[in-house]
Amino acid sequence: MVNLKIDGKTIQVEDGITILQAAEQQEIKIPTLCYHPLMEPYAACRVCVVESISGKGSELVTSCNTLVKNGMEIQTASDKALFARRMNVEMLLAQAPAAVPVQELAKELGIEKTRFKIKDPDEKCILCGMCVRACEDIVGASAISFLQRGQHREVCTPFGEQSEACIGCTACAFFCPTGAITVEDLHGRKVIHSELDLGPSTAIRVPIRQAVPMVPFIDEEACIHFKTGECKICSDVCQKEAIDHEAQDEEIELEVGSIILASGFKSFDPSLIPAYGYGRLDNVITALEFERLVNASSPTGGKILLSNGEEPKSVGIIHCVGSRDENYNEYCSRVCCMYSLKFAHLLKEKTSADIYDFYIDMRCFGKGYEEFYHRLLHEGTKFIRGRVSEVSDMALSKEEEGKLIIRVEDTLIGVVRRIPVDMVILATGLEPGTDSNQIAKVFNISCSQDGFFLERHPKLAPVSTFSDGIFLAGTCQSPKDIPDTVAQAGAAACEALALADKGKFDLEPITAEIDEELCAGCQICVGLCPFTAITYDKEKGISEINDALCKGCGTCVSACPSGAAQQKHFRDKQIFAEIEGIFIE
Amino acid sequence: MSSENFDPTLIGFLCTWCSYTGADLAGTARMTYSPNIRIIRVMCSGRVDPQFVIKAFKEGADGILISGCHPGDCHYKEGNYKALRRHRLLRKMLEQFGIEKERLRLEWVSAAEGAKFQNVCDEFTEQIKELGPLNIMKGDINEYREA
Repeated sequence: MVNLKIDGKTIQVEDGITILQAAEQQEIKIPTLCYHPLMEPYAACRVCVVESISGKGSELVTSCNTLVKNGMEIQTASDKALFARRMNVEMLLAQAPAAVPVQELAKELGIEKTRFKIKDPDEKCILCGMCVRACEDIVGASAISFLQRGQHREVCTPFGEQSEACIGCTACAFFCPTGAITVEDLHGRKVIHSELDLGPSTAIRVPIRQAVPMVPFIDEEACIHFKTGECKICSDVCQKEAIDHEAQDEEIELEVGSIILASGFKSFDPSLIPAYGYGRLDNVITALEFERLVNASSPTGGKILLSNGEEPKSVGIIHCVGSRDENYNEYCSRVCCMYSLKFAHLLKEKTSADIYDFYIDMRCFGKGYEEFYHRLLHEGTKFIRGRVSEVSDMALSKEEEGKLIIRVEDTLIGVVRRIPVDMVILATGLEPGTDSNQIAKVFNISCSQDGFFLERHPKLAPVSTFSDGIFLAGTCQSPKDIPDTVAQAGAAACEALALADKGKFDLEPITAEIDEELCAGCQICVGLCPFTAITYDKEKGISEINDALCKGCGTCVSACPSGAAQQKHFRDKQIFAEIEGIFIE
Repeated sequence: MSSENFDPTLIGFLCTWCSYTGADLAGTARMTYSPNIRIIRVMCSGRVDPQFVIKAFKEGADGILISGCHPGDCHYKEGNYKALRRHRLLRKMLEQFGIEKERLRLEWVSAAEGAKFQNVCDEFTEQIKELGPLNIMKGDINEYREA
């Protein structure tokens, strides 16, 4: 520990810290521009200058990079220190007259205007070099550097051109104390849903708000450390030392008795229907994007806004996007009608917009759903029966200008209508997950024609599959809403428990066996077995089948030239008898 | 027997996991398909011993369908590939016996393809009706050669 005096106050601090840090602990404020706790002190701005008094006299030191010493006496606001600080700030003001923090500092210190010559009245850079050091030391990209010396000094990329070394991490702008470096949004697109890749998000984040466990992860593609090998600021900040950059994806092997597949669905990509203009026209959004927008924790705070920040005056909700359509998916996605009604209700609640629902059939199949539909009818949502043919921004009349025009045949009155709205919500359907085919292969289960996992029986075994011990829950089996998913998941859990409760596993009754007397030891069967259940016994000169490994496909049986291999319940004799039986008159 | 009122007897060897379930689906979905096919269930299309086919023709079958899971979907990993191999060889052998190779058919029908099973059965029945009855036991070999 070190004893020292700051502004007349005797204090004891730990060894190895700077005067600035010691002062901070005592809540004595020393102004500074180029100090950042995550960066090595550099003492470039000289604003943090203080007076250090020793026995003989005093000297001026920069507090950000001077370590505390025993018996030190510091004056942070003595006349001598203030005089030096004022001079330094005055010079900074001449260098960067447009920098707001410098102006504020000058005001604080009572400087009205600088005596020195102002080179550029719009300059903001104080040449502290924080950006250069951040780029080099923290990020490790070294894309920017100081150019020239003395009064011509400036921060610049090599040759003043766009640097190839720049990875666009914006660390320079983050550390810049005066706002001299700014980041422009090149895409000019409003970020409304980070999880849906609509725009940039931070490299460390929680995957979704309902994630279990609720632990943030590092996105390797966005993280600076994985680009340059440097940075690691997160580990400096994390007091629990929980961040491990060396962590690798791990494969964990578990021995389990049963497996419940709940791999979910993929939302239909509406950009596959060009006529609806998703991705091409502003304010055409998917149901998930609307859901995000209306969420209280959304970037708009739950307000329903157009991309220009205004509230929509009219909104169209298009049902069955990608469902009940021979060109995309023939099946009904089941959930869209009801969530579209919910959207209409939320829109009524939060805005004064006119709401149009374009539907083919209203499928309000669940408990209380039909009643909800009636409530919406009374709330004044306009329901138009007909499939929307096109969403465009080409106005034919004055009231259509600047709007999205929905073209639809109103089949109840038999006319084609053009309805101008401000926002279009596409009620996208549910599709099998992108990797459902691979999952099916891994678990040896089948997919039905639409790509969802096939249950063992649609009525009698709706959660089982053809592979024993593998059960299905949720939308991986077929599109379904939350109540149905919860019910099915409960059933799957019960089935799995019932299997576990038995504590025993039934071996396949239909296995192959080899008659020792007949086996000639040709070993044809050994190579054919896909489960390596057959081994050749050299001593006996015959092949043997391991009952625990044999799954009973019978491939070996049909290849056995001597008829030694037989499949229980499917013996050659039995099948021959079956064939003969067919021809008995 | 004229081909118009010829009612062929077809035998189908269906694997229990895909094709038999597919046939079951066709049934539960009340799809009607030609009643000529008699189904023998085997655990895997790889279980179909060439002897079964020869035996069935010998007993008087006019056509034989072997049906299994789609390639890559076999419940036993690769039994259907073995069926495919045997099918190719067997067709060559049947021709040498004077049996038209079209009388032995291999199809992949998954558990979800009830409609495909229906199509295959109807199509195969039509095809065999056109070929006429299998007459290998009684006919003159030279007749077959000329034909």
